[in-house]
Amino acid sequence: MKLGVFICHCGSNIGATVDCQTVAKNALTFPDVAFATDTMYTCSEPGQAQIVNAIKEHNLDGVVVASCTPRMHEPTFRRTLERAGLNKYMFEMANIREHVSWIGRDTEANTNKATELVRIAVEKLRRNNPLFSKYFDATKRVMVIGAGVAGIQAALDCADAGLEVVLVERENHIGGKMAKLDKTFPTVDCSSCILGPKMVDVAQHPKIKLLAASEVTKVSGYVGNFEVAIKRRATYVDWDKCTGCGTCMEKCPSKKNDDLFNECVGKTTAINIPFPQAIPKKAAINPKYCRKLTSGKCGVCAKVCPTGAINYEMKDVDVTETVGAIVAATGYDLMDWKSYYPEYGGGRYPDVITALQYERIMSASGPSAGHIVRPSDGKEPKSIVFIQCVGSRDRSIDRPYCSGFCCMYTAKQAFMTRDHIQDSKCYVFYMDIRAPGKMYDEFTRRVIEESKVEYIRGRVSVIEPDGKGQYIVRGVDTLLGKPVEVKADLVVLAVGIEASHGAGKLAETLHISYDHYGFFMESHVKLRPVETNTAGVFLAGVAQGAKDIPASVAQGSAAAAKVIGLLSKDKLESDPQISSVNIARCVGCGKCIKVCPFQAIVEQTIRGEKKAQVIEAVCQGCGLCSATCPQGAIQLSHFTDNQILAEVDALCRS
Amino acid sequence: MNIAYYPGCSGHGTSVEYEKSTQAVCKALGIVLEELPDWSCCGSTPAHARDHVLSSALGARNLSIAAGQGAKRVATPCPSCLANLKAAKSRMECEDFRGRVNSLLKTPCPEELPDSVSILQILLEDIGLDAIKAKVVNPIRGIKVAPYYGCLLSRPKELMQFDDPENPVSMDQIMMALGAEVVPFPMKTECCGAAMGIPRRDISARLTGRLLQTAHDFGADAIVVACPLCHMNLDLRQKQAAKAAHLDFSMPVLYYTQLMGLALGLPKDDLGLNKLCISADGVLKKIEEAKNAAPAEAQKVEEVSA
Repeated sequence: MKLGVFICHCGSNIGATVDCQTVAKNALTFPDVAFATDTMYTCSEPGQAQIVNAIKEHNLDGVVVASCTPRMHEPTFRRTLERAGLNKYMFEMANIREHVSWIGRDTEANTNKATELVRIAVEKLRRNNPLFSKYFDATKRVMVIGAGVAGIQAALDCADAGLEVVLVERENHIGGKMAKLDKTFPTVDCSSCILGPKMVDVAQHPKIKLLAASEVTKVSGYVGNFEVAIKRRATYVDWDKCTGCGTCMEKCPSKKNDDLFNECVGKTTAINIPFPQAIPKKAAINPKYCRKLTSGKCGVCAKVCPTGAINYEMKDVDVTETVGAIVAATGYDLMDWKSYYPEYGGGRYPDVITALQYERIMSASGPSAGHIVRPSDGKEPKSIVFIQCVGSRDRSIDRPYCSGFCCMYTAKQAFMTRDHIQDSKCYVFYMDIRAPGKMYDEFTRRVIEESKVEYIRGRVSVIEPDGKGQYIVRGVDTLLGKPVEVKADLVVLAVGIEASHGAGKLAETLHISYDHYGFFMESHVKLRPVETNTAGVFLAGVAQGAKDIPASVAQGSAAAAKVIGLLSKDKLESDPQISSVNIARCVGCGKCIKVCPFQAIVEQTIRGEKKAQVIEAVCQGCGLCSATCPQGAIQLSHFTDNQILAEVDALCRS
Repeated sequence: MNIAYYPGCSGHGTSVEYEKSTQAVCKALGIVLEELPDWSCCGSTPAHARDHVLSSALGARNLSIAAGQGAKRVATPCPSCLANLKAAKSRMECEDFRGRVNSLLKTPCPEELPDSVSILQILLEDIGLDAIKAKVVNPIRGIKVAPYYGCLLSRPKELMQFDDPENPVSMDQIMMALGAEVVPFPMKTECCGAAMGIPRRDISARLTGRLLQTAHDFGADAIVVACPLCHMNLDLRQKQAAKAAHLDFSMPVLYYTQLMGLALGLPKDDLGLNKLCISADGVLKKIEEAKNAAPAEAQKVEEVSA
């Protein structure tokens, strides 16, 4: 074999603490190395050209580049080799940046270590074999899980590109949290007015199949060919017959139930349409509240329904969809502030509410028809206190992150309050003001200067009712250095967000990772925010991390672009760095089948004997099977036992 | 049941009515309080503010005596004593600290020191609300009470391990079992000024003034406490607080054990009601009036449930 070795300086990143020239000289002494040099920036155009030339001039069979982490430029250099006519798997990288020069400044130690890393990379390369991808068909359909604004955008963009879309939504209606908002910052556009047209487009688009009141239960298969099992919840109303007339709601006798759409401000009937602009505009029965379903007595809605759409016998239905790609856009929920902030009343005080509850109160389609009133006595509040960062940026309760949009919506809510109630006095207790987006800071400035909302920099330590119907909010003004007490009629808490309930379970169903807080993990937080490390599964919206509506919409379109790109090819290319079974060695113990996290290994029978078989398209190349196999029968291509042991051997001998 | 008992210094002094009523109530409920022989100061605020080793040594000495009596638990009515006894045991788990404490004591402490609990906790957990309710002969209906817990009974959460640190309900539950109406007093754990009552009376007066005003605004007829220092600030110094906060009412402040004694039908002389600075006569009168109206009430109840 004739191998080439390139030691990168990476400017001063590596060059400052590693003597690259010496490493290159040392490399020339390694077996099979025909060419070695050091260079400034290997990944640059001249750097890559140098590799191509060397391959041609010296007839090289393989290349080692000692530079940054393979996560950075392995794909880059593999493409370089292909341009030079070599198989891209005849390439190895030695990480002498993250693993050497970025660790310490001892030049001698670093140069030694870099040399060793190059040595073992060469040893591996000597045992590498060319690998060849296979090609397989892909279903040109995409599933979008979650029909909030991000999911809706992703669905529309995919459908407009000609793909069939299956949009799965857990609630009975689409629109997510945005459908609950009254107005949106910074333009103070009415939320339903801007979201409504998109929701209608989704409902009417010929390429979009909307499955509301449904949840994904199981995902099997692989990119291009996912098989997804969905449970369609019984709504006890036949949506093919229901016209959304609302007569059932008028006549339902069970009227005092928690109104979940209105965030439990106000009560609703057991059968209901959540709000007038709901899509689908269909009624659904909540079985917990329905008298007929709990005790067998009633049946009024069935009697009054003009189309006979009520069906008390309805059961949950399981369906299956086959899709080529999945977009997870499951959004968020508010954290349980009542448990974490007992000093704010722990939920015992009716006039201490969340911002989302306040949004429903302000909404014209909400429980008070848009009139701002106190939940306790229905009177109009004159003194309203807003508290920011309730459950965000708080390490003491393990919620250190910022929820991203509360500073902006608090300003909007204060602005709207001053507009609705001309003689009101509004206070905002804040830690910092985060207003990074377009026209955001101008908006918060306007709220402070023109709406005359009093912004107090400090936290609130306790909220106490004063026995006369008002609340004493005790906090501190850190700019004045004084404690502060405000008498409030209403207190609105900007409660921190957390991943949507059940997100962790869904992530495991989709075989994607999620972080400590339940937010889905992207491939790279800066450069690949809508992709996951699982081929064919993409992310959009707050499910990936706190963000506002423009960013969610942008990610919805971005995820759609990735899906369209993926499914635009006639066939998908499989990664050849996967496991394969040497059936001569396999004893059919089945351990690899049990241990594979992707269920990519199945049992087959050859000449009457049990053997393992890898489903190539599903295998993700993690290597667990190879480590588990007691016979060494299943090997991971490009990371075989022999290849890895050669590295260890070389390291131990030197 | 028998339990080792640590009365604390104020029991024989400024809070003698708390000690008397505690003894009476425990006797009536079958709790035998075995006072520790030769008990001494628990360490409390002066020692604790000066030197933790000293304050723990003082506390540990008493725990050693209890251990010597074969006690697994020590009960005390005073929250400050309780906090110091608990803190002593907790700090002594560190070997280095234990060594320093033992060097201050005549005889070193045993490895295993008894746990400390409040009388309130014993009543709630060992006796139980049902047993207390069963023994009530004069339900104290007709009055509204505001239970005030002060800073120590349930805080710090990890040390006291009793009730909720932000919204404790142990006294609320006992009061309700006795038949009283409990108002949703929001300042249950707000500071009364504590030991500031001596060096900075103005701070104490302002804080207790606020507590008294809030209880009054919530319609309470009396404040109920479980701490001698809270009682001193709210009762002994109520006139000072009233002057500083311009209060136009007087609010009786009773120990919860005194109300328990009344409900259990114990003789008034055993409850030390005459030791209260702000007279509780108004409260007693209301209870009496409610009792006299009771037969009519009882009849109404019977009619409803029939």
